[in-house]
Amino acid sequence: MGPLFPQELLSSEYNLLIGFLIGIAFGFLLEASGFTNTRKLAGIFYGYDATVIKVFFSASITALLGMFFLHYLGMIDITATFFPKTYWIPTLVGAAIMGLGFVVGGFCPGTSLSAAVTGKIDAMVFIGGVMIGIFGFIFSFKLWAGLRSSGNMGKVNITEWLGINEGIFIFIFVVIAILTFIGFQKWQDKWKDKLTQEDIDDLGL
Amino acid sequence: MKNTNRNFYINPYLGGVFIGLLIVVAYYFSGEGLGSSGGFRDMAIGAIDTVAPNYAENNAFVSPHVGDGKSPTHTWLVYELLGVIFGAILSAAIFGRLKFTIGKAPHITNKKRLIYALIGGLIWGVGASLGRGCTSGLVMSGIAVNSLSGYIGLVGIFGFGFIFAYIFKGIWIKKIK
Repeated sequence: MGPLFPQELLSSEYNLLIGFLIGIAFGFLLEASGFTNTRKLAGIFYGYDATVIKVFFSASITALLGMFFLHYLGMIDITATFFPKTYWIPTLVGAAIMGLGFVVGGFCPGTSLSAAVTGKIDAMVFIGGVMIGIFGFIFSFKLWAGLRSSGNMGKVNITEWLGINEGIFIFIFVVIAILTFIGFQKWQDKWKDKLTQEDIDDLGL
Repeated sequence: MKNTNRNFYINPYLGGVFIGLLIVVAYYFSGEGLGSSGGFRDMAIGAIDTVAPNYAENNAFVSPHVGDGKSPTHTWLVYELLGVIFGAILSAAIFGRLKFTIGKAPHITNKKRLIYALIGGLIWGVGASLGRGCTSGLVMSGIAVNSLSGYIGLVGIFGFGFIFAYIFKGIWIKKIK
């Protein structure tokens, strides 16, 4: 029964090797899906490219369903996995800050790494910015410590928090995702008439 | 000569499904979700621990990660990010996209784009440190186990993203018709 490493069914070396192999596949998929193209990423916010929403929500639904069935079949003990605690205040504030960073910088950390190593100079500069931001946060941590540990709700499962059945919640989430796919696809199609052929080629639409 | 593979991307739904499966595999074997900013954090902590170990032990953010027998950069997330580097290069090589370029909207100068990229990265560094993860570790991996934090991150990053996108639309599009 999984997870293997936390229950000492897998050695530390193999665990890191698996991390490395999963990383290879992750990096490959990010690049192959077009996530190193900053204009494709920014397209989500203006509607001219729906790639981000398609990849992101497909990944989330797949992971959610996969974990649900593994758990249901008794193949994984979710309590032994990385289950992030919810600190709702700093997470909401941090998410707002990240939303701003996404629009201004045109990447998120994972996509920037894939883009930087494949030659995108703007992504290399972005990573420089990320490191400055992290070092700055660490060096001024006294200022942030109170906010960062505020709103601690412990480990919260959203379905327990909402008080609804897990299966029904996942079903609703999948329906919302499909409606989002349809909506964003329509938005992207509207843009196609306005974009030049060069733009469409560049974006790979 | 035009390289015909340059703009070929895999089907986004397929890409997403495979990334989702990777998250499940990561949880099953390692009990970890995919992450990105956490790996950057580990590298920063490793650098501080090497240069100024005394400071590292006294900084409340850094101290849990360092000390006797702890190696802050010998983590699952750092190895995963090393893999991301190889995987991205492999894909870009296959599709003919390994090239030095600056990605930006056509009407923006290179200089402007690089300044925005630097500022945007800096903002991410602060936001991910405060919010305990980024789009990968906080949101995708959080949603996978139905953690409330993942959904707060999802709504926050994209919700505020749309608001800021409207304010800063000049960076990406000329004008909304």
